Amino acid sequence: MPLIRATGLVDDPWLFVQDEEPLPEAGAVIVTLARWQANRDQLAARPTPLGLRLKSDQPPSLIAGDIERFDIIALEFPKFTNGRAYSSARLLRERYGFRGELRAVGNVLRDQLAFMRRCGFDSYEIPPQVDAAAWLSSLGGISVVYQPATDERASALTLRHGAPEGQGRGDARAHSRDPVAPTRSTTTRVG
Amino acid sequence: MALQVVTANRLGDGRVVFLADGYRWVEEIGLAHVGDTDEAAKALLAIAEKAAADRIVVAPYLIGVSAEDDRILPTRYREVLRALGPSSHPEFGRPPSATAAVHR
Amino acid sequence: MYRYDNYDQTLVDERVQQFREQVQRRVAGELSEDEFKPLRLMNGLYLQLHAYMLRIAVPYGTLSTVQLRKLAEIARRYDKGYGHFTTRQNLQFNWIRLEDTPDILAALASVEMHAIQTSGNCIRNVTADHFAGVAGDEIEDPRIYCEIIRQWSTFHPEFSFLPRKFKIAVTGAPQDRAAVKVHDIGLRMHRNEAGEIGFEVLVGGGQGRTPVIAKTIRPFLPKRHLLSYLEAILRIYNQLGRRDNLYKSRIKILVDSVGIDRFTQLVEEEWQQIRDGYLDLPVAEIERIRGFFAPPPYRTLDAPVPEYEGALRRDVRFARWVRTNVTPHKRPGYAIVTLSLKPTGGIPGDATDAQMDAIADLADRYGFGEVRVSHEQNLVLPDVAQADLYELWKLLETLELATPNVGLAGDIIACPGLDYCALANARSIPVAQQISKHFSDLTKLLDIGELKIKISGCINACGHHHVGHIGILGVDKHGSEFYQITLGGSADENASIGEIVGPSFGATEVVDAVETIIDTYLHVRADGERFLDTYRRIGLKPFKEKLYAAH
Repeated sequence: MPLIRATGLVDDPWLFVQDEEPLPEAGAVIVTLARWQANRDQLAARPTPLGLRLKSDQPPSLIAGDIERFDIIALEFPKFTNGRAYSSARLLRERYGFRGELRAVGNVLRDQLAFMRRCGFDSYEIPPQVDAAAWLSSLGGISVVYQPATDERASALTLRHGAPEGQGRGDARAHSRDPVAPTRSTTTRVG
Repeated sequence: MALQVVTANRLGDGRVVFLADGYRWVEEIGLAHVGDTDEAAKALLAIAEKAAADRIVVAPYLIGVSAEDDRILPTRYREVLRALGPSSHPEFGRPPSATAAVHR
Repeated sequence: MYRYDNYDQTLVDERVQQFREQVQRRVAGELSEDEFKPLRLMNGLYLQLHAYMLRIAVPYGTLSTVQLRKLAEIARRYDKGYGHFTTRQNLQFNWIRLEDTPDILAALASVEMHAIQTSGNCIRNVTADHFAGVAGDEIEDPRIYCEIIRQWSTFHPEFSFLPRKFKIAVTGAPQDRAAVKVHDIGLRMHRNEAGEIGFEVLVGGGQGRTPVIAKTIRPFLPKRHLLSYLEAILRIYNQLGRRDNLYKSRIKILVDSVGIDRFTQLVEEEWQQIRDGYLDLPVAEIERIRGFFAPPPYRTLDAPVPEYEGALRRDVRFARWVRTNVTPHKRPGYAIVTLSLKPTGGIPGDATDAQMDAIADLADRYGFGEVRVSHEQNLVLPDVAQADLYELWKLLETLELATPNVGLAGDIIACPGLDYCALANARSIPVAQQISKHFSDLTKLLDIGELKIKISGCINACGHHHVGHIGILGVDKHGSEFYQITLGGSADENASIGEIVGPSFGATEVVDAVETIIDTYLHVRADGERFLDTYRRIGLKPFKEKLYAAH
């Protein structure tokens, strides 16, 4: 499936391994939560980068303690109408401090990209045969946002009055943890 | 004998239309092509679904009609309202002549 | 009232452009109907029985005369010369073309209006007391907080694909004219023991298939926590609300299934994580918005007003209208005027473009350029000098906006029903018209007293029948229209859900049934008892017996 980031169409260095498929001995793989829970030690011991794919009814709290182990977390949108992953994304970033790649997979629509980005996603699996450039143009969405969210954008609230007390510039997101660092590039890890 | 016609809403203006001969969509149910067998009805629906894919109409479906006294009238009241207009605003609906069956 | 700054205007302008492109993509085939539908719903555009229906947001039911004139223009140019005011204080146009909608939205944007989030599984129009700012019992103007919530909820990236629609209402007075107890979130402004004003937060109210009265989740929430608390509630709902069954997806189902205590715990746990952070509501923003709701330049008037008192004595018909359609204003010498959109035999809530223009003129001449929409489908002129009431009344009569029936049996609330709505099972408008004609005798109406009749054409309850003193629900029985009657509902601070009285009535029997119910009440009421009071005293049984006596 084609993959886009804010920079454009990108190659996907990750391999999503379905539960019934055998795991390659090495290489960057994404596994399901079920597989992670069943083979935790074995997966944790892999020398290559590891990713996790969560279904919409699998809350991030289930892997809170293991966040550091994953370079990528993919969140499923089983139907575009199912918006649970927007909350999961925000919690992963703001509550659990996830700094890796956060990918939207499943039934992703062009007109949802801007919302996803605001919730902390930074890559998006899009349907084959769509105009990737057109989709990319929707990533920014409307230039004014009313409310603070996970992304860097200053809300109208802030622009009108300055940041709420106790915060840094603009709308810092994680008030109980360190501010979210820029997404770590996976190209340094994946050969 | 179950008579059916295909109805839909036109994409551009949302108006109620019926599938007539020659792939035309008409606002008067009397002009609709009546399918008098299951196969005929299915064939009409297939044409309509192509029209939906071609962005002429939205969500076509089959409705049962009766054809008595040279009038084509839906059997369900909801569809009568769609064919003739809201009972609360007769001035916005279609006249009864809209149900006059046209013989092919 | 609130005026857009650059940020507000940019947002609606860009949204119009975005929608214009989405329509182009739909027409060009890049978007299927399934993909386009949620996009058009988020702009309030439904495909109904006869055409597209556009639901325009009237935030907390407040309109300027500039806006009202623009709505009249849109009615003329793009619709069939009328509009329908709804039970959520919005306006609906029934005969819209998809291809015109981008231009309509642009016209709305030019007067600081939009149709954003008036449909779809997102946070809808935040409604309020239609007497906000002018009611004598008001603690604080709820519209300040409605506007704050409106902005916070608009294109909220996390909450745009909820399990189902989400409705919030705010009351700023002890008398709840906003029906907060039948909303997904209700906010009731009040003072705590220290005299501070804050919100009682209620959740899980609603109508539809499973009517429920909201429960208190937090008795007192300080203003600065408003947005963080709402965010916590919405986040729990977004995560845990059911998505497998359309009829079990509202927050009321979640609250009922886990219980209010557990639900409260979940929300409070989430809220502890996000409170006192970037969602803190700055006092500066509250004050900025409060400035837009500052009192207009009232004249200092003496009450009583001789001309007005004189007219009351002289003109019995005027006095009758004042009794039902005029409400005391908090400023001496002023009055709140309700324009009845329920002429005898008319369609509840409808107004023609000519009426809209005329009302705008009246609001400018006899007010400060503002009109309100009530959730009972009437309009309000909130600031009329008592000295002007007689003149105004005579003008309203010529416009058919002065039927003296507000709050009485003729003041019927009805959804569009099967005449217009793709969801309906039965028609509601003809039933409303028949009841209205049957009870057209104004003396009789006054004798019956306060009686809220509410009619819905299907279980979605857009007519709010569950909270009608007499509620009527249209159902489809074997292909025919039947009507189920409920009694004893109420939407105010003593909210209750109506009880089903028994088997449904055919279309030709409904009016007689309503008459039997009213007669039963008239026969047994105690002095000064309203219908609702009598019902609460004697219960369902006497009505049931009379209604089904023949069987």
